[in-house]
Amino acid sequence: MKLRAELAIKCATHESQTESRNHSIMQYNGSAIVAMVGKNCVAIAADKRLGQQALTVDMDFEKVFRMTDRTFIGLSGLAADVKTVHDTLRMRVNLYKHREERVIEPKTMAHLVSHMLYERRFGPYYIEPIIAGLDKDNKPYICATDLIGCLSLPEDFVVTGTASDNLFGMCESLWEPELEPEDLFETISQALLNAVDRDAMSGWGAVVHIITPDGVITRDIKGRMD
Amino acid sequence: MDRYSFSLTTFAPNGKLLQIEHALAAVGNGSTSVGIKAANGVVIATEKKTGSSLIDISSLEHMAMVCESIGMVYSGMGPDFRVLVNSARKIAQQYRRVYMEDPPVRILVKELASVMQEFTQRGGVRPFGVSLLLAGVDERGPSLYQVDPSGSYFPWKATAIGKNMVNSKTFLEKRFNGDMELEDAVHTAILTLKEGFEGQMTENSIDVGIINVIPGSQSGQSNPTFQRLTSAEIKDYLSNIL
Repeated sequence: MKLRAELAIKCATHESQTESRNHSIMQYNGSAIVAMVGKNCVAIAADKRLGQQALTVDMDFEKVFRMTDRTFIGLSGLAADVKTVHDTLRMRVNLYKHREERVIEPKTMAHLVSHMLYERRFGPYYIEPIIAGLDKDNKPYICATDLIGCLSLPEDFVVTGTASDNLFGMCESLWEPELEPEDLFETISQALLNAVDRDAMSGWGAVVHIITPDGVITRDIKGRMD
Repeated sequence: MDRYSFSLTTFAPNGKLLQIEHALAAVGNGSTSVGIKAANGVVIATEKKTGSSLIDISSLEHMAMVCESIGMVYSGMGPDFRVLVNSARKIAQQYRRVYMEDPPVRILVKELASVMQEFTQRGGVRPFGVSLLLAGVDERGPSLYQVDPSGSYFPWKATAIGKNMVNSKTFLEKRFNGDMELEDAVHTAILTLKEGFEGQMTENSIDVGIINVIPGSQSGQSNPTFQRLTSAEIKDYLSNIL
């Protein structure tokens, strides 16, 4: 009896050690994604790093995807699930397009994503998506969900990824309402670059998409490579 | 079990599916229903027929709301209609579960039509003995659809199904015009039913359902809602006709 209790304690200690050494699976690959609302426009930006913990594997990893002409989704978290969810969502969005003969609205896509994630409630995809787009009346829409699809719908900006704490700080101080597309680009780029500089798990360049009623402007930006 | 699970609907040598022809005959025996699409909404209406004057006619329901934005009515067999109302409501709620919005009318009609089609091909079942009229409003505006036992569906500006379908359709062809308002459409629908009505038409002997496009409101604020007219409202329309 005594032996079994000792064993149990040993296992527990061992487990807690592993827990602290390998942090959560959500932090395994590293990422930083942010979306912001401007005046009749929205912006979404992400870093380009793919790592395995501290080791950087790729410096041009795609995390933001164009799902329709004017709706983008950014997926932070485990890279394997980023790819899977992107593929599955692309399938669902294409099926929607053919079935309904219309393009899915950002709000509708957000609920679709939320539903897809909650379907896997007890074996979730390890991702936290951000959706940004313009709806049919050119109204900006942004939202974020957690890994099981709980939507949060702020009016200003949303952040996700390993640098989310830093991004929150940057966005809180830089963002202001009614920014024109070019000012919005500057704001979101500065927020992202300065946030990833204080996060070892993300960075290595970034990509920014500005979605306006006239079209999408996509720019790659350089960042610190260390 | 297996021995009886083959499909009852099989081709006749002349290429027809007799069971479907029979189902359409069942629809042809059913009480007349009409539907009219107006500029700002849709109306569907039907006769409520009973075998006996002792039946409490006011509590008979021949029309159903599928979801906020869609209603439906039938001609043919009442019990089969209830089954289809259940499927239609379930289809609408499943759509809502995923997208948090009501299905567009065309999508609901397609799904419901595929349920009806399945009952012409599956083993151990018979086709539904009803034709349906679905009225609804979505982002493309008002629409009116007919769904048949075979699973085929048609979008209409105005149509009729059931016993008096041929006469009612010729009547509608004369009366219908495209920029009719909903009020006029309700009148025309009741008039069409009255054409072939046996006996005295009262507020309790017909069922009328309307749905109107709410002007100015884009998707969001107040949504169009399907409503069955109360007997008092129907009485008003009838007194204007007489």
